[in-house]
Amino acid sequence: MERAAIIGVGWYGLRPTTPEVSFREMVFEAATRAYEDAGIDPRQDVDAFLSAQEDFWEGIAIADEFAPEPLGGVLRPTVTVAGDGLQALANAVMLVQTGFFDIVVVEAHGKPSDIASLGEIYEFALDPIHHRPVKPAHPLFMMAFDAQAYMMRTGADPSHLALVAAENRARGLRNPRASYAAKISVDEVLEAETIMDPLTRYDIAGYVDAAIVLVVARESVAKKLSDKPVFIDGIGYATETGTGTLEWHSWGRMPSMRVAAMTAYAQAGIGDPLSSTDFAEVEDRASHYQLIALEELGLAPEDQAHKLYERGEYELDGYYPVNPSGGSLAMGVALEATGLVRLLEAVLQLRGEAGGHQLDGVERAIVASWRGPPTTTSMVAVLSGPEMGF
Amino acid sequence: MRANLHVKDRVGIVGAGMTLFRRRFLETPRELAWEAVKQALDSAGLTLRDIDCVVIGTAPDAFDGIHMNGEYLADGAGGFGKPVDRIYIGGGTGVMVPISAWWHAASGHCNTVLAVAEEKMSHAMPHPQYVFAYIWDPILERPLGPNLIWIFAMEMRRYMHKCGAKKEDIALVSVKNKRNALDHPAAQAAANITVDDVLNSELLVWPVNRLDISPVSDGAVALIIAREKVARRITDSPVWIEGVGFTLDNTHWYNRELGYPRYVEYAARMAYRMAGIERPWKEIDVAEPYDPFDYKELHHIEGLQLAPRCQAWKLLKEGYFDRDGELPTSPSGGLLGVGNPIAAAGLMKVAELFWQLRYEAGKRQVKKPVHKGVAQAWGDLMQAGTVIVLGN
Amino acid sequence: MSGESGKPKTPLPGTYLKRDEYMKLPGLIKYKPVARYLFSAGQAQSRFLHGLKEGKILGVMCPSCGRVYVPPRAYCEYCHTPTSEWVELPGTGTIHTAVVSYIATDRSRLEEPEIVGVIRLDAPGYKEDQYEFAGLFHKICGVTPEQVMDGSAIGMRVKPRWKPAEERTGSVTDIECFEPVEG
Ligand SMILES: [Zn+2]
Repeated sequence: MERAAIIGVGWYGLRPTTPEVSFREMVFEAATRAYEDAGIDPRQDVDAFLSAQEDFWEGIAIADEFAPEPLGGVLRPTVTVAGDGLQALANAVMLVQTGFFDIVVVEAHGKPSDIASLGEIYEFALDPIHHRPVKPAHPLFMMAFDAQAYMMRTGADPSHLALVAAENRARGLRNPRASYAAKISVDEVLEAETIMDPLTRYDIAGYVDAAIVLVVARESVAKKLSDKPVFIDGIGYATETGTGTLEWHSWGRMPSMRVAAMTAYAQAGIGDPLSSTDFAEVEDRASHYQLIALEELGLAPEDQAHKLYERGEYELDGYYPVNPSGGSLAMGVALEATGLVRLLEAVLQLRGEAGGHQLDGVERAIVASWRGPPTTTSMVAVLSGPEMGF
Repeated sequence: MRANLHVKDRVGIVGAGMTLFRRRFLETPRELAWEAVKQALDSAGLTLRDIDCVVIGTAPDAFDGIHMNGEYLADGAGGFGKPVDRIYIGGGTGVMVPISAWWHAASGHCNTVLAVAEEKMSHAMPHPQYVFAYIWDPILERPLGPNLIWIFAMEMRRYMHKCGAKKEDIALVSVKNKRNALDHPAAQAAANITVDDVLNSELLVWPVNRLDISPVSDGAVALIIAREKVARRITDSPVWIEGVGFTLDNTHWYNRELGYPRYVEYAARMAYRMAGIERPWKEIDVAEPYDPFDYKELHHIEGLQLAPRCQAWKLLKEGYFDRDGELPTSPSGGLLGVGNPIAAAGLMKVAELFWQLRYEAGKRQVKKPVHKGVAQAWGDLMQAGTVIVLGN
Repeated sequence: MSGESGKPKTPLPGTYLKRDEYMKLPGLIKYKPVARYLFSAGQAQSRFLHGLKEGKILGVMCPSCGRVYVPPRAYCEYCHTPTSEWVELPGTGTIHTAVVSYIATDRSRLEEPEIVGVIRLDAPGYKEDQYEFAGLFHKICGVTPEQVMDGSAIGMRVKPRWKPAEERTGSVTDIECFEPVEG
């Protein structure tokens, strides 16, 4: 089966506020850049448009009604996936692989600065019967459950979490897209205000407004149109358990990410991800999730991620760099565009266009993200760079 | 989209199930989804272990009353530990769900897909219509205090003006569909009524009276969709998905002619091209056009190219669209008769074609022999068309 | 639902409740989401809203196809290019469609029916009878329900009735309604 390839990327924002534009104008700006990057005309060349959004992030019921205009999708096949942008990308790959669609556009955006009650919106994602009446003090309380369970299982302590937070925020200093980059020590992370034990304010990522647009093409078309296509060797996603059944959630783990990774690796023909790929961009909206994800992705042995981290294996010059961009801790959470921020960074690395945080000679990458309360749905993609395609 | 492609692996529907459609249920949204899934699995002799992927459809999250509704419904919809997608395109979602399931299977990513649509509208307070206050542009439209019915009434008024149809001509759709629904075991609003009953029902927004509109409903529907080689192992008579089409027009519905749904035409042309259909008005044997309001069925019949523009209401009067007519439309009873749990209602229409094309619709079975059927839904701000062509 | 008879093999699932039964369910949970937003109007709509405050209806033109957009957008949805030149429209137009509403947003009944509709504005860039046009959704006054019902309202020439300048806030409601052009 022909692979799909990313032949254009565009982004706008990645800043804590963007009062100068509406969400539609933000999407238009990102789309214009992506189409320019791919060298296509959206009104002529695109067979379908996919957007990723959720009504309550937008404050609009049936928010998909706003999808077509800024993308150039008016009177064209356009549809919305209520999920992370990486899920929309998986659907774009499927569309291409039916053989009926040559070029598909994927869009995701988040404008959390437009939301005046973000905490309450998170609460609205909790099960209405079992969990909302409990009125948890912080709607992201599940993050702390996961952190505690993870530390109990592996023997990691808060300093390991702080190490991830400090490193990711420091890496962001070389990334012009990283609004939350900071030069900060492990001790400073540990001594900062505790939000939910054991997580301090530096362990938890901030929010940014962003729109990201991708142009995806069938392999043969991509090679004709682009001299730097980034191929999607495999992409998987899975949902663990519904939001009403937290009792079933495997605390301190992400079983959905394991399933998603297995799917993506099988498609990509990968046995050992550590030796077959060069780096990873992994979702880290709280520091411990990066460690959990490394284990679920098979990039660290069970219970060992924190020790490998301590030894510097995941540093930029380590054995396997993770989050050279600084991850969400440095770049911020862009709601349903978050997964595509990780993907954007991986694409730029594979094209050699990452700038100050460019890694040397990287050819293959893993991108992993998740969403939910807590980590309900995960998505994993395996990408390979332009020279791997020939 | 590429046309005339040689399809090596077709995708078929092998099972269907649904709940009752009613105004108010004890079951939670997740339980409703499960009930429909169970029925569909049983009808195909399968269990959840046989399912690779799940596609869920619901319209605005505000009805089920939960943010990230796809994740919430995943358990009930059979998605535990599987790839789950929630697709949405407003009211067009019900038909979009099997379209999305089609690409999940046709791409080779999944051998079997559960297509599940669910809606629980009744628990929205003070009235489910209030949820629709949030579909409008927050800056340019919401300050005017709109009601959803306004927009339909405006479109109906324009259709009447352009096509010379009167309220009593359009009311016949409601009479036909509610009558058809008398034979549907899930039906919520089946009735033998007359045109006068429609005209004399409560006047909401002229030209719309209460019986011009489908009711507020809860319900769920599920289909099982499989790649050809798997489908043939499950049943001797899969119903094939021969064409799919979907189109979104611009958001600014008041910058467009409301008398004709060009977005439905675009979606239909895409689906027909894929299905190799050149003369839909001849080649389609049975249709389930979307009928949340009675004029909508006529609007959509024209958009689907099943009648010339402005002719649908005249053909309707002649009995052309009756169950024993030339081209039966909404033999299920449609949203007007069976009920309108939004996304589930659209999928109910596809399920009806599945039963019709397998000659399993019982008293609802149309009189003429059937080979090809088309189902369609509409959504968003007068802008979405979703179309699926099935064949036996 | 399958089988020769078309009847379900077992009764279809779903436990119907009457309203009072539902309201008396033990453990029934009432929940009102706190969903508050501060929508950024963006470049195009902001300028439009400023125009309304000054009593002007502004449109913006696509340099590529010549369509004039009201309400304005920052880009042309048909060409996917940024829009450029701003134009002030006379504000006059014709009624594209109109209806008589007897209910409010929450479906409660109104004491006085209200007429609302779509106004096709006089704007350059469109052919007569083109599918697309510059226009607004708004209230209509000075037209009777009978005129809506008999069809004479459709095609009627109308103009905006502005709120007094000191009461205008930069909102679409700075126009009270569209009313017939006299004569
Ligand atoms: Zn233009």
